[in-house]
Amino acid sequence: MNETKDTTGTDGGGMIEMNHVGKWYGEFQVLSNCSTSVNKGDVVVICGPSGSGKSTLIKVINGLEPFQEGTITFNGVSVGDRTTNLSKLRSQIGMVFQNFELFPHISIIENIKLAQMKVLGREDDEARNRSMELLERVGLSDQRDKYPAQLSGGQQQRVAIARGLAMDPIAMLFDEPTSALDPEMINEVLDVMTELANDGMTMMVVSHEMGFAKRVADRVIFMDEGYIVEDCSKDDFFGTPRGDRAQLFLSKILTH
Amino acid sequence: MEFTYNWDWAILFCTVEDTETGCIGPYFYWILEGLSWTIAVASAAWVIAFPLGSFFGILRTFDKPILVVVPFVKSPIYFRTRAIGTSKGIIWVNVAWFLHGFANVYVTIFRNVPLLVQLFLWYFVFPELLPDDAGMWVKRELPLPEFWTAVICLGLYSASRVAEQVRAGINSISRGQQYAAMAIGLTPVQVYRYVLLPVAFRIIIPPLTSDFLGVFKNSSLALTIGVLELTAMTRQIEEYSYQGFEAFTAATVLYIGVTAIVMVAMRVVEGRVRIPGMISLEAK
Amino acid sequence: MESGGFDTHIIFHSIPFLAKGMLLTLELTVLGIGGGLVFGTLLALCRLGKFRALAFAAGTYVNFFRSMPLILVIFWFYFLVPLVPKLLFGMEVEVGAFQSVLIAFIMFEAAYYCEIMRAGIQSVKVGQVHAGQALGLTYRQNMTHVVLPQAFRNMIPILMSQAIVLFQDTALVYVVGLSDFLYSADIVANSENRLMEMYITVAIVYFSMCSLAQFLVRNLQKKFSHE
Repeated sequence: MNETKDTTGTDGGGMIEMNHVGKWYGEFQVLSNCSTSVNKGDVVVICGPSGSGKSTLIKVINGLEPFQEGTITFNGVSVGDRTTNLSKLRSQIGMVFQNFELFPHISIIENIKLAQMKVLGREDDEARNRSMELLERVGLSDQRDKYPAQLSGGQQQRVAIARGLAMDPIAMLFDEPTSALDPEMINEVLDVMTELANDGMTMMVVSHEMGFAKRVADRVIFMDEGYIVEDCSKDDFFGTPRGDRAQLFLSKILTH
Repeated sequence: MEFTYNWDWAILFCTVEDTETGCIGPYFYWILEGLSWTIAVASAAWVIAFPLGSFFGILRTFDKPILVVVPFVKSPIYFRTRAIGTSKGIIWVNVAWFLHGFANVYVTIFRNVPLLVQLFLWYFVFPELLPDDAGMWVKRELPLPEFWTAVICLGLYSASRVAEQVRAGINSISRGQQYAAMAIGLTPVQVYRYVLLPVAFRIIIPPLTSDFLGVFKNSSLALTIGVLELTAMTRQIEEYSYQGFEAFTAATVLYIGVTAIVMVAMRVVEGRVRIPGMISLEAK
Repeated sequence: MESGGFDTHIIFHSIPFLAKGMLLTLELTVLGIGGGLVFGTLLALCRLGKFRALAFAAGTYVNFFRSMPLILVIFWFYFLVPLVPKLLFGMEVEVGAFQSVLIAFIMFEAAYYCEIMRAGIQSVKVGQVHAGQALGLTYRQNMTHVVLPQAFRNMIPILMSQAIVLFQDTALVYVVGLSDFLYSADIVANSENRLMEMYITVAIVYFSMCSLAQFLVRNLQKKFSHE
């Protein structure tokens, strides 16, 4: 429509900027005064106990959930602005969900082609070729005509990552990508994510997988009860975390 | 007093020529004619009810309604809000809210008045409320007025039932699916078209079949305004020949038969559109 | 039939007569619900019980009545019920229209109530039954203390919705000339030639009562889900 902001913004600070973001569900405050900045190429892992707001934080970045206070800018475009073309914005951010959320009624390759054709307007052949490329990249090109329900959890999640990548996004968001997987499948997904990170993708990952964070992350954000409690480099976080809460959390997690 | 009942099944199949059995008319053909009218009314009503009902059902899943009258599920898909300048400053309005509210009103009205009363309103009251010319046309010129009245009444009523099923179907899809669809950049309309509706309609095939059979059964109400559908015909046979049992049995058998056929057909349809690998489409 | 404007006078004039009709409607509704619930519960227990023959019989009954339009069922019983005493006992018994129709309603609604209750009982997770058994409860104790309470909590809103449906369905007794609310209004309408006023009144009354009932059901639903 008219009045939509162009999303090929300029570099004013980080690619993703959050400033004093607050969000309420009715009376209950889910996010309190959250501020952070993610630069191009950064891999940020967000962790914290249940109910700390990590999933919500991820979801407000691409406007899936509205927020009441503060500002969020993605690549120069304000996410909270009513005139922003959210559809265009979201086509530049890929997202991977805990429950995979592949569309059950279409085949794998159709899942990946759908947004390319309907949002980016690519032709059928172009979309198909790109989809096949991505399926090969995640190691599932022979499953292309299967339906999601016929694949295992790990396979579905890899397809979900391919679906996110199909739009050639400039950033990827992951909402607990391995939490719903059986242990033996977690690694196949983490491997794909590690490769993505090494290729320079800007990523924000909500996860409990501290091993992954240690290996791949640039920064770690620790959240508790809606607040960002820690926001520091990986080495700082694992070496000498500042707050008691983070220490407690880490100690419980790392004893596994 | 001795009670006797002359069982006479042959009476159903007698024709005018068999005058010695005291047969008045070709009852068999009457029954067939009645059945045809039943099928005609039901089919025409369904042609109205299904699209209209789906439309209203979809409307009822939009965000939130402007007037909260009946319970709704707040959808994470939000349509564009527009600014409207008023004397109090700018207020943000969403067309979707009005549509949702409108659909709510429709469904509430049509569900809280008995179908028979609605039928009488359409047949006796509606023509009076039209402007003179239209009213005259409906009362004099309209061919088969009873049939069309029954069709429109049944169609609009059944649309409210279909609306409820479609709404329930869409709402049963997990929020994650809606988030995922939005996250890849689909606009709200695209989300409905490519992700929600294909799955929702598959989910509601069983209850929708019930509703369709309901339309079929409700067509019997048309006899009150003079449509000679199946039940009306059997009543007529009963009045003419006093062989009530046979007549009603015939009608019963036919209703059961049609029900069975429809259920089998629906099972076939369900099998055809089934998603490979999935047994149930319910949200986790 | 443009005979003057909207005549509200006739509506007020006929209130006593309409009230009698409404009374009959409510009688039919309440008795229908009561009988339907009792019989429906029996059917549900049969369908879910251990005796195959009973389950099959109950199932056939339910499927049979759910395939037929209510009008046809009303005709059947209106026609049939007075004959039953004659056929079975050779007795002449006066069976009124009200009784015949009431029996028709009970038999018809029982099929629907049975399905609602069956769904309610089956909606209780199998794990619950197992947990009860693991604690050593007998089948009857399990049913009484674990399954049925949860089942009822699930079914009550739907049972009440079905009750409202029954209330609306009573209007169908029109076809056998029983003086319920609608038929009474019809009598007035035809004798005074005021179809429009009467039918609109009927619609408004039904709408108000049903909306109110829906509202109450929903509040009850909220109460139950907060327990």
